[in-house]
Amino acid sequence: MSKWNPVCALDKVYPATGVCALIEGKQVAIFRPSEDEQIFAMDNMDPFARSNVLSRGIICEHKEQLWVASPLKKQRFNLADGSCLENEDVSVATYKTRVKEGNIEVQL
Amino acid sequence: MSKQKLVIIGNGMVGHRFIEEFVDKGGLEHFDIVTFCEEPRVAYDRVHLSSYFSHHTADELSLVKEGYYQKHNIEVFVGERALTINRAEKVIHSQTGRAIFYDKLIMATGSYPWVPTIKGNESKDCFVYRTIEDLNAIESTARRSKSGAVIGGGLLGLEAAGALKALGVETHVIEFAPVLMAEQLDQQGGQILRSKIESIGVNVHTGKNTKEIVASGETARNTMQFADGSELEVDFIVFSTGVRPQDKLAKQCGLATARRGGISIDDQCVTSDPDIFAIGECASWNEKFFGLVAPGYSMAKVAVDTLLGNENAFAGADMSAKLKLLGVDVGSIGDANGRTPNCKSYVYLDGNKSIYKRLIVSEDGKKLLGAVLVGDSSSYSDLLQYKLNDIELPKHPDALILPSHSGAEKVGLGVDALPETAQVCSCFDVKKSDISEAVAAGHTTIGAIKMETKAGTGCGGCVPLITQVLNAELKKQGVEVKNHICEHFEYSRQELFHLIRIGGIKTFKELLNKYGKGYGCEVCKPTVGSILASCWNDFVLTKDHNGLQDTNDIFLGNMQKDGTYSVIPRMAGGEVTPKGLAVVAKVADQYALYTKITGAQRIGLFGAHKSDLPDIWQQLIDAGFETGQAYAKALRMVKTCVGSTWCRFGVQDSVGLGVELENRYKGLRTPHKIKFGVSGCTRECAEAQGKDVGIIATDSGWNLYVCGNGGMKPQHASLLAADLDKETLVKYLDRFMMFYVRTADKLMRTSVWLQNLEGGIEYLKDVITSDKLGINEQLEKEMAEAINSFQCEWTTALSDKEQLSRFSHFINSDLQDDNVVFTPERGQKRPAFIEEKAPTYNITLEEMK
Repeated sequence: MSKWNPVCALDKVYPATGVCALIEGKQVAIFRPSEDEQIFAMDNMDPFARSNVLSRGIICEHKEQLWVASPLKKQRFNLADGSCLENEDVSVATYKTRVKEGNIEVQL
Repeated sequence: MSKQKLVIIGNGMVGHRFIEEFVDKGGLEHFDIVTFCEEPRVAYDRVHLSSYFSHHTADELSLVKEGYYQKHNIEVFVGERALTINRAEKVIHSQTGRAIFYDKLIMATGSYPWVPTIKGNESKDCFVYRTIEDLNAIESTARRSKSGAVIGGGLLGLEAAGALKALGVETHVIEFAPVLMAEQLDQQGGQILRSKIESIGVNVHTGKNTKEIVASGETARNTMQFADGSELEVDFIVFSTGVRPQDKLAKQCGLATARRGGISIDDQCVTSDPDIFAIGECASWNEKFFGLVAPGYSMAKVAVDTLLGNENAFAGADMSAKLKLLGVDVGSIGDANGRTPNCKSYVYLDGNKSIYKRLIVSEDGKKLLGAVLVGDSSSYSDLLQYKLNDIELPKHPDALILPSHSGAEKVGLGVDALPETAQVCSCFDVKKSDISEAVAAGHTTIGAIKMETKAGTGCGGCVPLITQVLNAELKKQGVEVKNHICEHFEYSRQELFHLIRIGGIKTFKELLNKYGKGYGCEVCKPTVGSILASCWNDFVLTKDHNGLQDTNDIFLGNMQKDGTYSVIPRMAGGEVTPKGLAVVAKVADQYALYTKITGAQRIGLFGAHKSDLPDIWQQLIDAGFETGQAYAKALRMVKTCVGSTWCRFGVQDSVGLGVELENRYKGLRTPHKIKFGVSGCTRECAEAQGKDVGIIATDSGWNLYVCGNGGMKPQHASLLAADLDKETLVKYLDRFMMFYVRTADKLMRTSVWLQNLEGGIEYLKDVITSDKLGINEQLEKEMAEAINSFQCEWTTALSDKEQLSRFSHFINSDLQDDNVVFTPERGQKRPAFIEEKAPTYNITLEEMK
């Protein structure tokens, strides 16, 4: 399962935003916090509302870490480990990413 | 040494307050606590009982934090009544047969409603007003009734009448005395209160002695027969004829009781048995019992201190009260009836607005003895402080009750005039010095003060005074009041607005570099995004701004719970052509969108996939529509009535003005959403006074109301200016809107903004109509710039190919979100519930744990 799945060109994701990718039938939210090549990936489904929306949230910083705030009810999920700031019993799966030759790749 | 056992009989407001105080003062080191609670639920707020009718959750009223008793190992027997006390053996037996031994016992059994011996008072249509169970019974009876009467025109009776009115039945109040609230008000005050209450449709009958309730009638289920021979037919009756101390248990075990009822206590709240205390409404001190909660709280405090070996004594209680009854402000302080020998009175009466105020002062005119306030109780807390702290009255005491327009010098009582010992919160006996100390210890917000001192957490009437003390203390300490928007910017929204405008800052990054720190968050990003849009009216969806936009702005539609969007085109003033309607219908049909008229006089289409939004909007824009900005914190719409063009009553063209204003201010980003209303005559069909801006036609022009709100906390708009011609109206509106945009906090509606504006509506009038701040020219110029740079955001978005690519659901596929599933309902569709969806790859919360 250590296959790297190509997603899209890095340029297609504006800095400070996210997009949703379809990878092997799975909806994966991809985030690009800044201008650089730092990329995060996690499940796109908001576990509270069970809707596929996380890629449309605002990227934010708290406790010196990066999170995405769900666009529905603003619960925040850690971009690095998927933990939820509001409820420690909830988390979403996160995935490894890399940028290779200007393209984003994700390992499920 | 093993711990002693402390038993509390009664888990009402006072019983619970005792436990809290006991726990806070470390009493659990010496005692284990057991408490009996006869009602089926632990302590709740009886003072605000009527609010139960509006929210219907006992939890909202509960005074006990979840898990509080468990956390402190306090045993509560809910729904269990203590039947007997054996003082010789020091044991209590309950109705379930339980036997509990005690070392010390607290009686907090409260009171019971007293019902006069009237024939027929045991009918199933007769109620009392004390517990949540009583309220449930009244409500279910009211549902099958047309009319109801409250016997008793005192404080609680009027409260009950308010509840009946709210339940939608024809409401009568029957009072034995010739005036309402005879305990708290003088004759004239009672008279004014009566006329106010009658004007809202409650029928008041005074001087009526109910003789019998007969269970038949021609128009209702029961007939009330009065001593004077008159009759009244009603469906049901609520008794609110006073309370009596619940001292049955005390009598059973031989404790001394007072002549007029109540368990006799001394200054330490100890009964005739040194191991038994009595507190609250069941206790009688110096042959007096107190039917208010504040004296009960004081007794609880005294009992705790005495038990723990601290010195404290109950010294009676001030029975002053301030309340809102049936929407009428009423205040009563001290000797309201002027019974002190040789006292003098000052009276102010406004027969037009039904306002009555009376001061009762000492013979030498130096001390306040009492006061009555009806219709306007704004001076209550100042007056109470004069009374409680024996503060010398100003030279002309009448200035304290005269309205500001009378030209009387303002003699408001500055908080500095209060002695340190002044009681600020009477519910929890919090003194001014307690608050000063809390501020000094670093509690610098109202919330923190409340947590620390409990002040303001009872009836809440003292919160304005606490705020004054807090601000005065902060000022003294040179502390600046912090309202930073978040951890990334040490500035308020207002300050950021000025930094952005004056510095010509155009991007979030630039602002963060200059004035902030870190990366930014979900609070500051949308706030700054909104300010940038307010200031420069730049398109919100550019590469620089995309990441700032909140849920709805980022795809120019309101996101629904399933991740789909709504589509709401502008229909200015609620106007739409048949051709336009046909296009809306065609689009809705083509994309199978759920269609409804929204609360804003326009049509909303729901359930659109993000990827379909550009096509949908292209069709609407081609047909002449533009974005309705229903997704933005901006001017939403102008609601209008039909107006003089068609309506035979209208005196001005409300639709014409509404359309013009909506088009003038559309697109302007504001701190929160803004709604307008324009009514063509005084009948007010557009409900303009419940809007941020309300305009009502008069014979000679327009009246301008501002800062109303119909949402979560309804608020009537205030009159800013009357009989304006259109040109002046628009000028005032430009200034008002820009002033709000400049100075409000993030997500602050105009109603809250006005409440927080020092000086209130009078100050706002000075700014807008007489240019008190000298900024009006600037405000008008900024508004003109904003209006000139308006763009339909969807038109702009559709012309930008790169932006459009963001609308597909997947960055790497043209498929749509297969988790968006609909179910048919009433001929349309709705989002499917989770259990209705086909099991896809949904992960459940359980699996993730």
